[in-house]
Amino acid sequence: MLEFLKRLFNPEPSSVTARERLRLVLLSDHLALAPDVVESLKADLIAVISKYVDVDAAQCDVTFEQQDRVVAMLANIPILGMKPAARAPRPAPPEPPPMIDAAPASATVADAPDVPDAAVAPVAPAAPKPRRRRRRRTGVNAAPAHG
Amino acid sequence: MSARRIVVTSGKGGVGKTTTTANLGAALALRGKRVVLIDADIGLRNLDLVLGLEKRIVFDIVEVVEGRCQLRQALIKDKRFGESLSILPAAQTRDKTAVTENQFAKVIDDLAEMCDYAIIDCPAGIEHGFRNAVAGAREAIVVTTPEVSAIRDADRVIGKLNERGLPIRLVINRIRPDMVRSGDMLSVEDVCEILSAELLGIVPDDEDVIDTTNRGEPIALRAESRLAGIYEKIARRLEGEIVPFTALNAPNFLSRFLGRKAG
Amino acid sequence: MHELREDPLPAAPPAQQPRGRCIVVTSGKGGVGKTTTTANVGVALAATGARVVLIDADVGLRNLDIVLGLEARVRHHVLDVLEGNAELDDALVSDKRVPSLKLLAASQTREKDDVDTNAFRGLVEKLRERFDYVLIDCPAGIEKGFQNAIVGADEAIIVCTPEVSAVRDADRVVGLLGERVKITLIVNRLRPALVRRGKMLSVDDVNAILRLPLLGVIADEPGVIISTNKGEPLALDANSPTGDAYRKIAGRIAGTDTSAPEIPREASFLDKLFGGQR
Repeated sequence: MLEFLKRLFNPEPSSVTARERLRLVLLSDHLALAPDVVESLKADLIAVISKYVDVDAAQCDVTFEQQDRVVAMLANIPILGMKPAARAPRPAPPEPPPMIDAAPASATVADAPDVPDAAVAPVAPAAPKPRRRRRRRTGVNAAPAHG
Repeated sequence: MSARRIVVTSGKGGVGKTTTTANLGAALALRGKRVVLIDADIGLRNLDLVLGLEKRIVFDIVEVVEGRCQLRQALIKDKRFGESLSILPAAQTRDKTAVTENQFAKVIDDLAEMCDYAIIDCPAGIEHGFRNAVAGAREAIVVTTPEVSAIRDADRVIGKLNERGLPIRLVINRIRPDMVRSGDMLSVEDVCEILSAELLGIVPDDEDVIDTTNRGEPIALRAESRLAGIYEKIARRLEGEIVPFTALNAPNFLSRFLGRKAG
Repeated sequence: MHELREDPLPAAPPAQQPRGRCIVVTSGKGGVGKTTTTANVGVALAATGARVVLIDADVGLRNLDIVLGLEARVRHHVLDVLEGNAELDDALVSDKRVPSLKLLAASQTREKDDVDTNAFRGLVEKLRERFDYVLIDCPAGIEKGFQNAIVGADEAIIVCTPEVSAVRDADRVVGLLGERVKITLIVNRLRPALVRRGKMLSVDDVNAILRLPLLGVIADEPGVIISTNKGEPLALDANSPTGDAYRKIAGRIAGTDTSAPEIPREASFLDKLFGGQR
């Protein structure tokens, strides 16, 4: 509705519309015409994402689409699982208290070895969970490049 | 001493390649250069018609390539320019597959020995006819109008020319300053920015072009037309001169009322 | 011994949808208005409720999408469908403004030679089963692109401007289309003032050479450039005289308008005073 009102009271000159549409359509045309660039982009993208998750490289797909007033890159990257290094380290289970013979009632508590509080291995601060990347939208605003 | 070999192309049809080829050739010839214009639009020839030479065609480029005549026999001299302007017509009853790229390039090579400028009028499209026309060229002039489809096609053709390493210069044809002012047409700046090509010329829309084409007279010969001056400037720029672009004013109220264009 | 018995008459086949019409919009000469015509006639036909599909046959230099304002919605193209890389329904682009109109775009990165003629013919046949009108926007020229575009069409609209080059090229195309195709003519970009002053061919001059049934005449006007800038075909504009001309052309194609095409008149004194022709 707002768009409609904007257009009604401040109609954009058609040359401005034309310029904008041309910019986008030429960007799409250029991307479609540069398959080697797209392949390199795809390879680099898979390499980066593979640092965090295992991906099915054969099924990865990168396409470009025009959405509203931007050209968007759509990456479809099937994820097979988390990489071991990327898993947040789990806290070690608490050590069970050491087995001791039942002390005679009179045994001083002092005889019992000190039982520290439930031993917890020092925990490093939780590593930030890597974001699951299944789709990545990037607005591309570059001027069209010529080969 | 070999000629400059220039292809005039666009991708989009109907933007003024043939008009530009004919008039640029005429303007160069008027400056004393020896010019040969080659019509690469086999099957839909029009360069002859635009120059009013259609009745003088005896042989065409296909017959040259097939060895049925000598190159010189196929050239038609335009007597209005003394010895300075000739055309090599296309065939009308064949199509663009009648000539290969190598054959076309050889014809241009041969022509380049006998003139200062070999200017090739490229057909619309980016297929066989385009590849032939470009095969013999060392430079390109891309013609576009300030319209969305034309610019898109020009962009595509510029990409193809870049692949072949041809230097490119742009002619923006049929611009209407009144529509640019009212925001209804892309401006010269818009077009140059979108296509990123060096500007060679800006030619306004002019109803006299239709009349002169009807008569087979290149408008470059009509001294009173502002387009003659514009094509002369384009020729000078092509020769390497720095020539500023004319500011195009919209026809004023009175001239619109009286039906004439100003300036 | 079995009695020979006559088989009962087979049941009448279910009433079949009449096959849609396939019309190619061609010219020979580039830049005379084929794409604009295809877009506007298609829109005008679909606006009456007819199911229309527009096919862009200009592989490598597509523009039907951008003239219609649908360029952002194209995902697949004709070659994707012909080569089995996309389903037809995924390739058909819908137009929200005109629900019964669909676009089948051309590839921007391939070449006209890549289109297999027989496969294209098969596609056209398939589309004729589903649509009332299949309009094909033909590229300039008379080579493979043209030859593919005309295959499967039994009607053609020649678009011609009143200029010597365009008439000459149209004449060549008429010759190439041959006898089997029903051909009609649209004269585009007429400038009545120039015709009056003897500086432009008249419609009669054009048709004295082409000798085709006249479908319509469209005057040259800045509105067409503006409509392409915006991606809004004039046939959608109820106030546009050019839109009106296209609507009448659609009516003549459909057989609902039996009026003779009007020759546009020169802009009046008042038109000139207030800004030239609409």
